[in-house]
Amino acid sequence: MSETALATRGLNKSFGSLVVAADIELALPPGVRYALIGPNGAGKTTLINLITGMLEPDAGRIILGEEDITALPPEQRVRRGLVRTYQINSLFAHLTALESVTLAVCERRRVAQNWWRQLTAYRDEIDEAYGILSALTLAPVCHRLTRELAYGQQRLLEIALALATRPKVLLLDEPAAGVPREESRELFAAIAGLSHDITVLFIEHDMDLVFRFASRIIVMVGGRILLEGTPAEIATDPQVRAVYLGKSRHEAVS
Amino acid sequence: MPPVFGVLFDGLAYGMLLFLLSVGLSVTLGMMNFVNLAHCSFAMLGGYVTVTLMNAFGWPFFATLPAAFIAAALASVVLERLFFRRFYNATELEQCLLTIGIVFISIASAAYIFGTINQPVQLPAYLRSSITYAGLNFTIYRLFLVGVALLITILLVFTIEKTRFGAQVRAAVNNQRMARGLGINVDGLFAITFALGSGLAGLGGALAIELVGLDPSFALTYLIYVLIVVSVGGLGSISGSFAAAMLLGVSDVAGKYYVPAIGAFLIYLVMIALLMWRPTGIFGRR
Amino acid sequence: MSTQAIAGPVQHLQAQFRWRWSEIAFWLATLLPFVLTPSYLVLASQIAITALFALSLDLILGFCGIVSLGHAAYFGIGAYTSGLLSTRGWGDPIIGVIAAGLTAGLFGYVTSFIVARFRHLALIMITLGIGLVVQEAANSAGWLTGGFDGLQGIHTLPVFGMFRFDLYGYTAYGYSLAGLFLIFLVARRIIHSPFGLALRGIRENSARMPAIGAPIHAHIQTIYTIAAVIAGIAGALLAQTTETVSLEALGFQRSADVLVMLILGGTGRLYGGLIGAAVYMVARDQFSGLNPQYWYFWIGLLLIAVVMLLPNGLLGGLSLLARRIRTAS
Repeated sequence: MSETALATRGLNKSFGSLVVAADIELALPPGVRYALIGPNGAGKTTLINLITGMLEPDAGRIILGEEDITALPPEQRVRRGLVRTYQINSLFAHLTALESVTLAVCERRRVAQNWWRQLTAYRDEIDEAYGILSALTLAPVCHRLTRELAYGQQRLLEIALALATRPKVLLLDEPAAGVPREESRELFAAIAGLSHDITVLFIEHDMDLVFRFASRIIVMVGGRILLEGTPAEIATDPQVRAVYLGKSRHEAVS
Repeated sequence: MPPVFGVLFDGLAYGMLLFLLSVGLSVTLGMMNFVNLAHCSFAMLGGYVTVTLMNAFGWPFFATLPAAFIAAALASVVLERLFFRRFYNATELEQCLLTIGIVFISIASAAYIFGTINQPVQLPAYLRSSITYAGLNFTIYRLFLVGVALLITILLVFTIEKTRFGAQVRAAVNNQRMARGLGINVDGLFAITFALGSGLAGLGGALAIELVGLDPSFALTYLIYVLIVVSVGGLGSISGSFAAAMLLGVSDVAGKYYVPAIGAFLIYLVMIALLMWRPTGIFGRR
Repeated sequence: MSTQAIAGPVQHLQAQFRWRWSEIAFWLATLLPFVLTPSYLVLASQIAITALFALSLDLILGFCGIVSLGHAAYFGIGAYTSGLLSTRGWGDPIIGVIAAGLTAGLFGYVTSFIVARFRHLALIMITLGIGLVVQEAANSAGWLTGGFDGLQGIHTLPVFGMFRFDLYGYTAYGYSLAGLFLIFLVARRIIHSPFGLALRGIRENSARMPAIGAPIHAHIQTIYTIAAVIAGIAGALLAQTTETVSLEALGFQRSADVLVMLILGGTGRLYGGLIGAAVYMVARDQFSGLNPQYWYFWIGLLLIAVVMLLPNGLLGGLSLLARRIRTAS
């Protein structure tokens, strides 16, 4: 078992003169819940894109466990357990929830190339998919098309898809984004219920979620990591107060 | 001068024609991402307008050119308002099918009205003659074509680079959402650009008669060349269209001259190779 | 509790995969031409062959989202392979079909490396380009293909040495229909397999697929190759039943026609291509007195009507109607 689940060294990315990531150094120990916060445009989603391989860095390395994955294409990183969810749902509109998660399970188990046997013969895969959906309270709607699900349920499906790939490191991009208050309870429960085998890094603006679930917080501003620390440290830090946390909100939290 | 220069000149002239036919599609594709496969139907319309005005009404050739431009522009405005605008957010397949349907209708209508034979036009005698320079023959018509195309290119570049309209077009091509956010009337802009692009295609169709002939299959045959120019040159790029049109024009003429056996499909291979190297075109974004 | 709860989802999926009454009725209906319209058996065999071709396009377009404007390349390669074998003395139809499938499949496999790596306009252009390259190559290689006049001297031997190809088309239709049905069964199996689910995933959201660890290039290459094999088999059937092959077998017109048929019937439903082919070709036969130019006027109008009114084709419209009736009652 390695000391760090995910690390980045000197990660840099610019678009012309716009620097979106500058010397990002991360070292996430296994099982810890990290929150990544920062103002809009700080480069948080860009960082996730760099780590998952959707974006190529100008410089730097990404290490998953013991392995340097900087040169690997995205699907290879997923196979090694580095998985993300999307801020704006990226789902399979005309597949049912069960089909979507079953697909992810089949891909993980490398049976998706089989074109001769019926899907229904793969009971283990379907069982597993159903199990994941049940744990996320989606079992009653598992036969509904994704596009017919409520928005909160779709956010849960996002997480279900990610869990189906058995991640070791899970990057959640604003999991609660756009979810109305009434539907966020299941979502919070799902995030709380994430196994401690998984290292979680989530981007969030919802400070409720951040202070409730994160054991460590990273603050990003203008493409750089400003600060890293425990929630208590971050909440009282004057730099963070100035840059990010509004005065009145901060008073309520501390 | 060795004959290669003659081939080059012919290729350049052909390339200029392809540029006129393609530039409108490139800009509108880049701006609205609307796959308008009926673009060459407007070109064909321009050609038939010229033929009709000259043969049935005795108009002089030069007078028919603005008419071809205007007729094609008007037709495109009508189609855009009636049909196309509902499909700006549709899938590429739907846009392809819609516009292919219009192509089929245009070809059938042209065949019905004019028949399937190649349309003859009697150009003024001085246009059909040629001059000899350094041992090579240069047809006046090709010189005229190159001249007109260069003039239009300069006008286009000037409009795009120096006028406010051009700046708005560039902004809308670059980032439609942001352009709207800045208060630019993208829909109106698109309607005007679409009309201009189709009008240029119509002009190209009129100019094409003497060079490559005109019959109802024009809408499909030249669509393929135009698509090659647009996808190789890059969507929304005038300079890209120009470069790609020159490249295509020269390779096609040279290919047919030097290696007639494979000349015909040399350009398709070149296109596939270029697209593999740069899927968004030589000058394309991303 | 667990077995009770888990039996549910599998059963639900199984119910979806079961043969419906409408399907059984459809296949029984395909036998009707033998009894009801025996004078149209030649047309019927043409429809069966075109339906098979449309089915192959549905696999890549309807189920995987690959828009191809050059699919006739594989049809034509299959047709010419079978035809050439026949002119060289290998007239047995089954051998011809196998050879055609293999050759078209090989070509499909090679081109799939390119096709799998592109989307949107570049993909449309590349498939168009591939079709045009094959068309021009066949045109130039007149010594092999017979050029504009086509292959001469094809003679198809009896199927299994028993069923001679008669003038009325009994053998032709029986043979083509059998081929269509068998391959349909294969296509149906593919669609109901995990691979079929992966294809639909690519169609629905190709960007998300790598994020769940899916090797989309490999998947696309596989289905594209399979589709090429089937198209090649359809081409061979055409060559064998009509004993002619000409350039139009791999022309752009054929690629465009099959696309129209598939859209007409409805993509992604396996039966869409079959219905679309039947409707299109029966209509064309009825209007065959019409000048081909005018035929394309109506096809253009039909395309626009389908795109604007029935975007999911005839089958899509029917299922919408069925759903409305169900919710109303």
